[in-house]
Amino acid sequence: MGLKKSKDKTKAKHSKKTIISLLLFLGPGVILALIFFLAPVILTIALSLTDMDYRFNWDFVGFQNFIDIAHDFLIGMVIKNTLVYVGFTLAFFNIGLALLLSLLTTSISERSGTFFRLIWMLPRLTPSVVYGLLWLWIFDSTRFGLLNSVREMLFGNVEPLDFLSQHPMVVIILANGFVGASFGMILFTSAIKSIPRDYLYAASVDGAGWFFKVRKVILPLLKWQILFTTAYQTLSLLTSFEYILIITDGGPVFSTEVWALYTYHNAFENFRFGFGASLSLILVIIGLVASLIYLKIFKFKEMIQEPRIEVDA
Amino acid sequence: MMESREFKLSFFQKHGEKIKNTIVIIILLVISLPIILSYLWLVLNSFASEMKYGIIPTKFTLEHWRFLIESVKGYPNIWQVTLNTFIVAIMVMLLELFITSFAGYALSRYKFRGRKTMLLTILVLHSFPSVSLLVAVYYVLRTLNLINSLWGIILLKVALEIPWGAWIMKGFYDQLPWEIEWAGTVDGYSRIQVFFKVMLPLVRPGMAVTAIFGFLSGWSEFIFINTFILNQQTWTLSRYIKGVIGDFRFVDYGLLTSISLFYMIPTLVFYFFANKYLLQVNITGTKG
Repeated sequence: MGLKKSKDKTKAKHSKKTIISLLLFLGPGVILALIFFLAPVILTIALSLTDMDYRFNWDFVGFQNFIDIAHDFLIGMVIKNTLVYVGFTLAFFNIGLALLLSLLTTSISERSGTFFRLIWMLPRLTPSVVYGLLWLWIFDSTRFGLLNSVREMLFGNVEPLDFLSQHPMVVIILANGFVGASFGMILFTSAIKSIPRDYLYAASVDGAGWFFKVRKVILPLLKWQILFTTAYQTLSLLTSFEYILIITDGGPVFSTEVWALYTYHNAFENFRFGFGASLSLILVIIGLVASLIYLKIFKFKEMIQEPRIEVDA
Repeated sequence: MMESREFKLSFFQKHGEKIKNTIVIIILLVISLPIILSYLWLVLNSFASEMKYGIIPTKFTLEHWRFLIESVKGYPNIWQVTLNTFIVAIMVMLLELFITSFAGYALSRYKFRGRKTMLLTILVLHSFPSVSLLVAVYYVLRTLNLINSLWGIILLKVALEIPWGAWIMKGFYDQLPWEIEWAGTVDGYSRIQVFFKVMLPLVRPGMAVTAIFGFLSGWSEFIFINTFILNQQTWTLSRYIKGVIGDFRFVDYGLLTSISLFYMIPTLVFYFFANKYLLQVNITGTKG
């Protein structure tokens, strides 16, 4: 009884000092989060029910925007582009290439491995406009671009190729993939390094070759990292459009217009804020639901244990 | 009989390890070629007036760097733009550092109602793609009269990075044994004094990480500037370069590469001198 009572007491009230310091410590962050996360989420919902344009009038139109989305003449193409963009970037680069890079860089000396991993971190660190410029140069339609220079070097005087106009989606996937791969690479590398050497020696003693070791020993142990990368990167690819905006701006003729960029164009080029908000609401919902599911799957609860000791002074 | 038998190792068996290493390195070089070549081009082209095969410089020049002394026609003064970029980067860094070193401590050491909810929220926000809120954020900034203002960009940027930063800082505080704090209180410090005199100096590595990434993310910001800044005088370098890229009057790779290189100076300084953080720190806070 006595014990229970005292427990209730500590739970019921914090000391005045603690409350004040908590307010000081957490207050600024919480206020900013309320203004730039919570308010925008609520506003997105509210705006999606209006047909707000550049005059910023709140005219509620119910679910008209969502009906319009369903009948939009571009929406089919936008969905197709989004799926192609997310699917291919994820499969070939963010997972595929990331695995290849982490496997290769861990099978050579630590120094050379780190050297190559650092090279792959450079795109991630580069400001997006500069990074975009590099890809614009690689696929430049004149003979000054990298691709056309190499062709000239190999085949002599050939007609320069306008790869960017002919295969814009390939360029977009490459550009995003070269940044995206480093995320998985880092995660997979540290996982591979933590695999006990005995496992690999045992496999070697049993006569396993490199491919066998990768398939039967390493990959099964990387299951969680691969799942996490897939989950996390699907979400960030779905909503990212920065490099696309810089490199093709959705063109030519909407061939690289993905959902997030379509939202952006509607809101900030056509000033259809209501319509843009409904488009982004769909992304917001996907984002929130997915984040919550990830929390469940990846047992983040374990990461938020109570502090071991509480000095309530 | 057995002893007299000679083991004949083939060339491949003798040098197996070396051959394997060489092959792996060659494969890695080939896959990394687009990165290596394009960054090489960025540097070489900014100092060359003629390039053979697009990448081999044949004539040295400083002509492309003229933008540092005289403004490019139709574009604002480069130093004004650089100053703007610097203000954004520094303010994002300072505010983020200030907010997250306090928040991280409270999350790591205080037991309070709502702590769990707060940590869960941080984790959700951490993986939640904030760009999808852009339309609503425009309305928020407009209401606060912060469109066209660097302060709008700074506050927004800081807000979006807080979940990441607070989580990183919390991790650094978590690593410190509670005995340190305890010893401090026994010595007669109040909890706040312990925080300032004992804990803060001990999480300096965490603060360095937060500061570096905060600075670089402010320095590199593009989408928000592109969306919320309409006035040339408030441009930052990323918007300036985007302007030159999209300019149909000239596809001037000389100018573009030299401005880009100029823009990348802080990034490269960090890349070459502090890259030990790069491969260790949790990178989930950045784009990709």
